[in-house]
Amino acid sequence: MKFKNDLVNNSKTDRMLLLLNKFILILLVLIVTVPLLYVLFGSFLHPNILLTKGISFNPDDWTLDGYRRIFQDGSIMRGFLNSIIYAGGFTIVSVLFSILAGYALSVENLAGKKIFMIFFIVTMFFNGGMIPTYLLIKELGMINTPWAIILPGAVSVWNIILSRTYFKGLPNELKEAARIDGASDFKIFLKIILPLSKPIIFVLALYAFIGQWNSYFNAMIYLEDQSLYPLQLVLRDILIQNEVQPGMIADQLARAEIQRIAEMIKYSSIVISSLPLLIMYPFFQKYFEKGVMVGSLK
Amino acid sequence: MDKVSRKITQTTKRKGSRKNYTKNNFILYFFLAPAVVLVFIFNYIPMYGVTIAFKDFSPIKGIMGSEWVGLDHFMSFMQSPNFQQIFINTIKLSGFELLIGFPIPIILAIMVNQLRRAKVKKNIQLIIYAPYFLSTVVIAGMLFIFLSPAGPVNGILTLFTDEPISFMTDPSYFRSIFIASGIWQAAGFSSIIYVAALSNVDPQLHDAATIDGASLLQRIIHIDLQALKPTIAVLFILAIGGIMGVGFEKAYLLQTDMNLPASEIIDTYVYKRGLQAGDWSFGAAVGLFNSVISLVLLITANTIVKKLNGETLY
Repeated sequence: MKFKNDLVNNSKTDRMLLLLNKFILILLVLIVTVPLLYVLFGSFLHPNILLTKGISFNPDDWTLDGYRRIFQDGSIMRGFLNSIIYAGGFTIVSVLFSILAGYALSVENLAGKKIFMIFFIVTMFFNGGMIPTYLLIKELGMINTPWAIILPGAVSVWNIILSRTYFKGLPNELKEAARIDGASDFKIFLKIILPLSKPIIFVLALYAFIGQWNSYFNAMIYLEDQSLYPLQLVLRDILIQNEVQPGMIADQLARAEIQRIAEMIKYSSIVISSLPLLIMYPFFQKYFEKGVMVGSLK
Repeated sequence: MDKVSRKITQTTKRKGSRKNYTKNNFILYFFLAPAVVLVFIFNYIPMYGVTIAFKDFSPIKGIMGSEWVGLDHFMSFMQSPNFQQIFINTIKLSGFELLIGFPIPIILAIMVNQLRRAKVKKNIQLIIYAPYFLSTVVIAGMLFIFLSPAGPVNGILTLFTDEPISFMTDPSYFRSIFIASGIWQAAGFSSIIYVAALSNVDPQLHDAATIDGASLLQRIIHIDLQALKPTIAVLFILAIGGIMGVGFEKAYLLQTDMNLPASEIIDTYVYKRGLQAGDWSFGAAVGLFNSVISLVLLITANTIVKKLNGETLY
């Protein structure tokens, strides 16, 4: 091993470059982590301290007030619940329908396969755009209902193609053998293909869930009632529109104080809303990487 | 032996009567049905709906009942005083983002790939992926916090200057903020695909090149970059195709009344004119204008890349 290392970094410039490389990567890690840590610390600090002193490690300056106010108000928690329903529903529809279609298209000599493929692929290159889609949703009476979030865009052609590629990669002998034993296509899919497809199902579900969880735009144009708002839309009110949820400042009267509390709440709401994904993704790292690999197969 | 012969008969029988086979797996059409129905409703009907771009749509008359006006809306968009600015903003924002943002994940992957110890490599990757999992709203919110006149960035800057810079209201900073934050958020995650491609490179190639006296940079250029070429080509075509629709959700969030001269792009304009102001036909026309350009760009990029190195998307 030692020998190999010497062999690989033979020149002095190369060793310098590798050192520089490590240095830059450490710098990049700092660039990524410092803003995140700043928000995390900021969420525990009295708003005045952050403005005057910056980050402080003195325990007297610390407070859980931001978090207390968020829980007291409940709009973020309701947003969480709504987001779970929307992202969950979207994921189920998306994965189930994409996988079914992907499987059907992976079966050789399915009559009309080519027509179906063209039917799907056309939508990758052309779409009606925002206004016609909005008018359609309105026409369907889906405005201000969760369906407007869950159904449009759930069947992604990209996902159909990915799952089709995956199914095609499974050994054909399995299907043939089952067919000989008299299994129907439905049974083959359920008993043989599905158990072998856990990785692709998981990857598609992960991407669908995160994509929906983090998006706000459809919710913004299709939902009117605040009680239906997903988390991201509640966050938008707090972070971008600078709107203070009434429940968070029920006890405050002075305007300046409200402003300061609103600032603190921004930090805490970023932490509360981002923490679940940030804690969970390392456990799924393997699947994200797998997902990218599957995607690159095309 | 019996099994094999049965299999052969089965296959020949199937090939013999295709009709029969199709009948046997008609269930597959049930598998296709939900996807076909949803794609038809949510993708194809809006394609028909886009005809309102050529009409004077009024919700009362409906799409069928509204009168045709030809290219009127396109003309009025192209002749409007905002047109040039919005069009140039869109091209500049996405063009610079592509120019700067596209190579960075590649460089990052090559850098990460140089790390020897698997554990260090994995941990660094894990950290640089993190911002990808933040939502657009959170990223925009963080930018407003960090870049506000009283925020930490100005806190550091005012050590050297007198006046805090009001980043979010000054149009001249908009593009830099947009692009830099995009790289901060996605470069790490986008590098995954390149890291994966690099891990398929046979280490013996590198060893052999080293013995032949190739330096690190030479090996990166002649071995690593060559291995990445197909991946780069495909992703580049996709990026060009997405150029006109880039980062709409973030651009809208980062817009303030003051930075509009740089931050108003076609998609945000469609939203404001079409949905907020109820100028349906005009909005649809602007949107269609945008998708046609995207489509042309995609096809052009695909053709060029195909000519250059035989790698294509479709």
